[in-house]
Amino acid sequence: MSEKVLMKGNEAVAEAALRAGCRLYFAYPITPQSELIEYMAKMMSKVDGTFVQAESEVAAINMVYGASGCGKRVMTSSSSPGISLKMEGISYIAGANLPAVIVNVQRGGPGLGDIQPAQGDYFQATKGGGHGDYKTIVVAPSTVQEFADMADLAFELADKYRNPVMILSDGLLGQMMEPVEFKKPKTDEEMKKLDEQHFDWCIHPNEDEPNHHHHEINSLEIDPNVLEQHVTKLGEKYDKIEKNEKRHEEYNISDDNEVVLVAFGTAARIAKSAIDELKAEGTSVGLIRPITVWPYPYEAISKALHEKVKKVVVCELNLGQMIEDVKLAVNGTLPVEFLGKVGGILFTPEEVKAKILEK
Amino acid sequence: MTTELICSGFGGQGALTIGKFLAKAGMAEDLNVSWLPSYGPEMRGGTANVSAIISEKPIASPIVSYPDILVALNQPSIDKFAPNIKKGGLLVANKDMCPHGTERDDITIIEAPMNTIAKEIGSMIVLNMVAIGIVIGKTGLVKYETLEKDLTEFLEKKNPELLKANLKAIKKGMEIVSK
Repeated sequence: MSEKVLMKGNEAVAEAALRAGCRLYFAYPITPQSELIEYMAKMMSKVDGTFVQAESEVAAINMVYGASGCGKRVMTSSSSPGISLKMEGISYIAGANLPAVIVNVQRGGPGLGDIQPAQGDYFQATKGGGHGDYKTIVVAPSTVQEFADMADLAFELADKYRNPVMILSDGLLGQMMEPVEFKKPKTDEEMKKLDEQHFDWCIHPNEDEPNHHHHEINSLEIDPNVLEQHVTKLGEKYDKIEKNEKRHEEYNISDDNEVVLVAFGTAARIAKSAIDELKAEGTSVGLIRPITVWPYPYEAISKALHEKVKKVVVCELNLGQMIEDVKLAVNGTLPVEFLGKVGGILFTPEEVKAKILEK
Repeated sequence: MTTELICSGFGGQGALTIGKFLAKAGMAEDLNVSWLPSYGPEMRGGTANVSAIISEKPIASPIVSYPDILVALNQPSIDKFAPNIKKGGLLVANKDMCPHGTERDDITIIEAPMNTIAKEIGSMIVLNMVAIGIVIGKTGLVKYETLEKDLTEFLEKKNPELLKANLKAIKKGMEIVSK
């Protein structure tokens, strides 16, 4: 089981989701995430699960809504334009307090854009995307191994908070192959427990079950006083998530850092190459890589700043989105500079180096 | 040691597979590896290519801008990537489909008629394995035995004839550089 296999990120996250107990998957194909839906199409029947290629992304996310209401581990995936179509459904799922996992293998936008890797969906993923007061927990992998591990993490967080969780990756992570090690698949006993944890609220057909009673799953509440209470409660849940679930990685962070970089996902990998090269040349640069981009690890960034640090550099594959969160963390104490690439073009380690060394 | 490769050719020549088998062998030898394909409209007509890295250290950026080794199965691949090969690097070119070669004189160039060799072996699809043989014969990037083990597991039951042809092609490639 613990043997390493060479796999694409798209396939690895699908395999890991199956091992995490995902038995329902609904999606519509789109490049660069199609290997994910292909893998699910091939493998889901082997674990007695259900795979449906929906007629559209909108249909797929609403199938997720229904399946999640039955208390099952359910997943969908798409790439940027398809994720936009799912946004209404995600808002409903959040409003109805339901767990679900959504994978976004981002490509260049806006509109149909292109099919190369990008990070232009940061705002959409972390600041809402759909309508209303809701939050999606968003995790951003930067290796194929982490992409796979995040399937498990995403389901755990989704179940723990009854909240949609998005894995925000990109075309590069989806398409590239790296060695990956998988956890053992859930046992029958564990699968039973996964189901049972939701019995106090989900819809399930066992009428002999002693606690069986009417459960309503809904995001509509016409009485404003009731809705006020409902949304306030959602807010309390989001506060709890912010308190408990921030995750980040520190790379070469030290008292010697002259510059602190902030980057997530693929951009962070490229940044690491630049940091290694600069280290060899005698310049100390640290990297904060947010792993959860919501909740955002603001404190980790402000903690990394000290007297020696001259500036903060944010690297993203977009026009500058996460930089707004970095500026909140830095809070005006240091200049915050930006290096971005758009249209599915990646920056090189050399370009990151040049930005860091720029006076 | 870190070796960065680009393998490139027409779609169907097996350039991506070269990178895949080298990366898999690297993984089996406990090295860090990454395999990043070009995907999208570029696949049709032009060059299908892959960036592969095999390294003792963890791999940060998987993108190869300046390869140590370029495997070029056709002329467009040389035109596109040969100018970026690191000084002192290696170009492995399929002579049958690279009539113009390159003007670089600061790299090692090994040319072999891979189509012809594959035809002699009896299967056109093993031309990429000739390239693998040249790469490992010249650089020792991964061991022949590792590739043989992996290919055997992959093909022994499915297609023993093709397995034989593949191994023969790798050996043929190794012979070319051992001369």
